[in-house]
Amino acid sequence: MISYIARRLVYGALILVGVNLLTFVLFFAVNTPDDMARLAIGGQRVSPEAVEKWKAERGYDKPLFFNPEAQGSQKLTDTIFYARSAPLLAFDFGFSDGGRDIGHEIRRRMIPSLALALPTFALGLFVCVAFALLLVFFKGTPLDFSGVVLCVVLLSISGLFYIIAGQWLFAKVLRWVPYSGYMEGWNSLRFLALPVLVGIVSRLGAESRFYRSLFLEEIHKDYVRTARAKGLPERVVLFGHVLRNAMLPILTGTVSAIPLLFMGSLIAESFFGIPGLGSYTIDAINAQDFSIVRAMVFLGSALYIVGLILADVSYTLFDPRVRFE
Amino acid sequence: MLGRGGKGRCAVRGLLLAALLGTLALAGCSRQPVNSPYARGAEQENVLYTAFSQRSPKYLDPASSYSADETPFTYSIYEPLYGYEYLARPYRLTPRAAQAITQPAYLDADGKPLPDDAPGESIAFSVYDIPLKHGILFQPHPAFARDADGKYLYWPMKPEQLEGRFAIGDFPATGTRELTAHDYVYAFRRLASPNVVSPIFGVMAEHVAGLREYGERLKRVQARREQAGDASWLDLRKYGFDGVQALDDHTLRVKVIGKYPQFKYWLAMTFTAPVPWEADRFYSQAGMARHNLSLNNWPVGTGPYMLTESIQNRRHVLSRNPNFRGEPYPCAGEDGDRRAGLLRDCGKPTPFIDKIVFSLEKEGVPQLGKFLQGYYDVPEADDSNYGVAMRVAAGDSPEKAELYKDRALQLLTSTEAQIYYLGFNWLDPVVGKGDTPERQEKNRKLRQAISIAFDWEQYISIFLNDQGQAAYGPIPPNIPGYQDLPQGLNPYVYTLKQGRAERRPIEQARKLLAEAGYPDGRDAVTGQPLILHFDSAGGMGSNATVDWMRRQLKALNVELEVRATDYNRFQDKMRRGAAQMFMWGWVADYPDAENFLFLLYGPNAKASHGGENASNYQNPEFDRLFEQMRFLDDGPRKEKLVHDMVAIVQADMPWMFGFFPKSGGAYQAWVRNAKPTQMVRNTLQYLRVDPRLRADSIRKWNTPVWWPLWLVLALALAGVYPAWRVIRRRERATALDGGRP
Repeated sequence: MISYIARRLVYGALILVGVNLLTFVLFFAVNTPDDMARLAIGGQRVSPEAVEKWKAERGYDKPLFFNPEAQGSQKLTDTIFYARSAPLLAFDFGFSDGGRDIGHEIRRRMIPSLALALPTFALGLFVCVAFALLLVFFKGTPLDFSGVVLCVVLLSISGLFYIIAGQWLFAKVLRWVPYSGYMEGWNSLRFLALPVLVGIVSRLGAESRFYRSLFLEEIHKDYVRTARAKGLPERVVLFGHVLRNAMLPILTGTVSAIPLLFMGSLIAESFFGIPGLGSYTIDAINAQDFSIVRAMVFLGSALYIVGLILADVSYTLFDPRVRFE
Repeated sequence: MLGRGGKGRCAVRGLLLAALLGTLALAGCSRQPVNSPYARGAEQENVLYTAFSQRSPKYLDPASSYSADETPFTYSIYEPLYGYEYLARPYRLTPRAAQAITQPAYLDADGKPLPDDAPGESIAFSVYDIPLKHGILFQPHPAFARDADGKYLYWPMKPEQLEGRFAIGDFPATGTRELTAHDYVYAFRRLASPNVVSPIFGVMAEHVAGLREYGERLKRVQARREQAGDASWLDLRKYGFDGVQALDDHTLRVKVIGKYPQFKYWLAMTFTAPVPWEADRFYSQAGMARHNLSLNNWPVGTGPYMLTESIQNRRHVLSRNPNFRGEPYPCAGEDGDRRAGLLRDCGKPTPFIDKIVFSLEKEGVPQLGKFLQGYYDVPEADDSNYGVAMRVAAGDSPEKAELYKDRALQLLTSTEAQIYYLGFNWLDPVVGKGDTPERQEKNRKLRQAISIAFDWEQYISIFLNDQGQAAYGPIPPNIPGYQDLPQGLNPYVYTLKQGRAERRPIEQARKLLAEAGYPDGRDAVTGQPLILHFDSAGGMGSNATVDWMRRQLKALNVELEVRATDYNRFQDKMRRGAAQMFMWGWVADYPDAENFLFLLYGPNAKASHGGENASNYQNPEFDRLFEQMRFLDDGPRKEKLVHDMVAIVQADMPWMFGFFPKSGGAYQAWVRNAKPTQMVRNTLQYLRVDPRLRADSIRKWNTPVWWPLWLVLALALAGVYPAWRVIRRRERATALDGGRP
């Protein structure tokens, strides 16, 4: 298994180089360093001298990929791409185009992002699985039918609606939670309650339907019939046997998503005023801060690769038949 | 191991326990608000809570700051030499760090003194000797901190010593010193520094003697330093110029090219606010900028507040500057200020509020929601449109009007020093000046007919919900030179009836149209319909404003075609003088008629000179009067000239004067001394809050509604029990019962 993981990590490093290259090309296809400088300097302050100074200070005065004026290997290394990409592979995120330490910001914002994402993920998974099992238990009854209709309704509604409706109901009408904001420590609970609830409800429809299909497929298998035949209670059949055997597809989606929890939620963080990495990324996109965008894309890709490897490893835990060769 | 019966009893017990816990939890729910976005008890402190939208202010360095969203910070932290009286209208300058508003001495080209009434053209230099108040101290700041031997504690520092320091509060020791004229000199020099990007350098270099040459000199100095690999702090104290000098520690001399009476207004802006060299040196150390430590993030000033917390795109906190001397609250204002209670704090030392907390609020729904719950005292400190929007909302919805009334919200409005006008391009053959005297008169009549037909009062009613004022000339209210009715009436478009302006009848416009050569909207010679062109910077010709314009011209049977482009193309058209009719606006830099009339000054024509005269209007008499007026100090002579110039443009009509928009602030009932304005920027120091009223109101408005929780609990119990019964029945059923689905 170690060789398998090592091989996957090597592939992951190559994928990261590709992602970095793609991000770089896409960003500079729509933005020139001059555009970035003009936006960063802003309004009346823009002058040719100011633009040149801004670019020189941040190394954007070099060629993108190839420097014909340099000598030897510097033709490749004395470029924006190399100067901006090489430190990334060592997870040195450097500084934003606004001159701020990206690593410091990531460390500071990771906690609020996790505080929102972890409970949303864990509670959401539990609720969706439990709801799906409930529907399976009552399969063919009006309760099952109503549940499926509810799922279709829930998945048909935009996530933004849940946010606005949630703020209207719980912050304005019932006054149980603040509209938005964030405080550190236990105080954060009252700010996180609504976004977590909204996060769970917004994924409930799609995921419960998916899990219901998985479980329905399982309950017709022989081992379920055997379990029932030997007199096991239905809840034991469902939670002890069906759930475990239906775990592989669930794991594919969930374990690989765990590392991405660090990246926060782009929309929820902005709407609920949570100062996490999601809102950091959105702010950077709005400000066309390439350094932050590149760092966040790189970090997201790295975490996703780690997540996929973790998902593979987790298969062995839940299904002893799976072995890495 | 439990049997079936045992398990069933256990489940029932579990259900009962859950119900009991739920009931206890619900019983524990108090009527105290639980939706506060702040720490417990925060509403009882002498703190003002407000918000900022989109992003944190970007530039707080006085040399670089230019955006409106930065001004609540910069004007509270820095003290320029002058400011505006908070309550007085028309706006009046008042000293801030200066002892008095200084009149300049005039010199000829040889440096010899000239009398005060010397003709403006003969004046080569105006010399302002400005005395400063004594004893003004800078805010506590680590840049001033010294040890017992007088050595600076935080200079020089190595980058390693900055480890973990990302805020100014991470430097435990602070110091201060007295403000001197040298700090203003240093600030002027920084405007020209190659290390500072200042949007105002170009304007200042036009007026301050020697500043442009000084900027060139500094560039050469910096280039030499860079060649020599010298990355150390550029100490501007070593490089001076004659235009700005400190005569002594408390007298600043500024030498201005020619006569420029409006220069005093630039001294009321933060571009010229003092910068202590210690701060510049402190922030120039290696690694500082990378730790977010710079004047743009952590300004250093002498004003009533100082920045004590700054979390980018999240929260900023201004705290009372303990070294601020406490400038007295004004004792005079305009009519009605006393009645509105704005003079109750007369003479009391400001600021009144201990802290101002700015929180990021990206979305409008939570921002308004929190304001209505009492958690924001002012929804946005720099945006004066919130009150207008809320007035519009109240006009559209009786429920909202009732809610705002119930909350006793203060939705205050004032007409701003701004104008939105519809311009005629003077170079256009149809609506412009015209090439022959006969054509000129006909074109003038066409412009007059159009001006009568465009009902701006209706526009204000429809699109601004009456939050604007129809303009009779280019000078807005509260600017010296503005005339109210009856003197200020535009007689070419309105008549005066019972002291009110009444738009001339449309028949008169039709008659003028016929005299212009377009009877019933058709060319008298060719019979072709008259088609005018509106050059728009957006909307693709189908928005409500353009439809409204079409309807106005339809009353004259004149067609309007819209030439819509994006803003860049529109600007290009304007630069080339290729537009016919366009709508544009102007926000005053300072409260002087010159700042509006220069928009019509011939040598400022956009097409020929690249200036701000977008209509390319040319009138030799207007230009002659403008050249006289620009050199005059405020007074009756200047006012007379302004009135004459306004009369000329009323007659020529290069603009339909459009409207002066109102700005409106929204304030909670417990916020005192609020008066919306976009000219006076240091308003925060005059505001006062009543924390007790706020706490009471918040308690009253935010009582949580808990009964739905009981409902949820009841529904849960009602649902869970039958479900448990079903489960139990199924588990007990045998195959022969057909119990399994």
